[in-house]
Amino acid sequence: MSSDPHYSIPAGLGSEVFAHTEVKVSHCYQCGKCSAGCPLSEEMDYPPSVIMRMLQTASPELEERVLRSFSIWVCLTCEMCFARCPMSIDIPKLMDFLREKSLKEKKANPKAKEIVAFHRSFLDSIRYTGRLYEIGLFAGYKARTLKIFDDMDLAPKMIRRGKLNIIPELIKDRSGVASIFRKTIKKNKN
Amino acid sequence: MTLGFYPGCSLKGSSREYAESVVAVAKAFDIEIKEINDWNCCGATAAHNLNRELSLALPARILSLAEKQGLNEIVVPCAACYSRLTVTKFELAKDPELRKKIVAANGLEYSGTAEVLNIIQMLNKYVTTKLEGRVVKPFDHKVACYYGCLLVRPHAILKFDREEDPQLMDELMLKAGATPVDWAFKTECCGAGLSVSRTSSVGRLSGKIIRDAVDRGAEAMIVACPMCHSNLDMRRGAINSFLGEKISIPVLYVTQVIGLAVGLNFKTLGLQRHFVNVTV
Repeated sequence: MSSDPHYSIPAGLGSEVFAHTEVKVSHCYQCGKCSAGCPLSEEMDYPPSVIMRMLQTASPELEERVLRSFSIWVCLTCEMCFARCPMSIDIPKLMDFLREKSLKEKKANPKAKEIVAFHRSFLDSIRYTGRLYEIGLFAGYKARTLKIFDDMDLAPKMIRRGKLNIIPELIKDRSGVASIFRKTIKKNKN
Repeated sequence: MTLGFYPGCSLKGSSREYAESVVAVAKAFDIEIKEINDWNCCGATAAHNLNRELSLALPARILSLAEKQGLNEIVVPCAACYSRLTVTKFELAKDPELRKKIVAANGLEYSGTAEVLNIIQMLNKYVTTKLEGRVVKPFDHKVACYYGCLLVRPHAILKFDREEDPQLMDELMLKAGATPVDWAFKTECCGAGLSVSRTSSVGRLSGKIIRDAVDRGAEAMIVACPMCHSNLDMRRGAINSFLGEKISIPVLYVTQVIGLAVGLNFKTLGLQRHFVNVTV
């Protein structure tokens, strides 16, 4: 590894991150602007700049904590960190990579159960109809989280205002969309 | 002139009024809009959170369908869909290997030639120059123009307006007769995709946005994204409980304001569908 810290690609997860996203974790110099601007940092276990530092250490223990963190799931990909990073580090892209890996390795933080359930239910809905079917999404989400009574008041109000489709919008080429899911997600049960 | 139209899922359901107002304004300015045949969901936050290839393949299918239909330019009113489509175009242009993989997954030809316009770009290209002469009922109110995240970020890819203090929606509202206020939360996040899975976070984030808009004297908030709208409007309960008071500022789509200014009917613009009554 080069002795110049600005150009060294760290071993471990950092090098994997670089290979998949071109994000160089070694470029972070810990100014903290990402954590200061992040609207969710106060709800995170490690704010974005700390995630960056943990990856820089290439310590297997800290990398494990990153993959098991709640931070990567509560991140909304609002892109504020990337906008303000003086080194133009694409943290949102890094977060997408970490989420995908965390899920593949079954390391998703238990506190993120609802967030993951929502994403999965959302994708299930598209897989079968091609477009989002909001009632199907809610049903899938409730079945996964057992949060049966959440938002019960919302549906009738939405129906009254014509904001909720009772019948799903079905596209014609549903098999085409289903095949996209099969070819991209492959065997990972994402 | 004919313009391709990608409504996206929200505009067919929970944000039906956004679609209604886009269509009504286009009609008022003689723009023929043509929906992309058999379009699919762009995958939204869920896809890019869980699987990168899927998050590129779904928007690529939409762009392929537009090309097949001969639509060189498509308007994408939802800021989140606009972001996903534009990011996909960028990523596939940059990486030929990735593009091959995505094209193989979709089984559709893709050249990446269809131009993607967000709603502000569409209005500025086809409506703004004619707008002032058409205003019959100026929207004479103080407004807070709320751009949110995905209309302006990531700037390196979207290259639209200014990423921290954008101006284009403010300029447009000025032409519709409104007075935009100067405020601090133009591009802060509303909580977006956590609406269902973490409603309390949305209450906090959207609450801060609404608080600032009201404190600066705004009488209405103007948005260009269905997710921003549904959080600020439909989640007003969570917002009010975070703020500890009942705030009744209405949230309008940019196209609804333009529609009102040129004399279109309240119902044509779907204004009766909002949770927070529009009384301005």
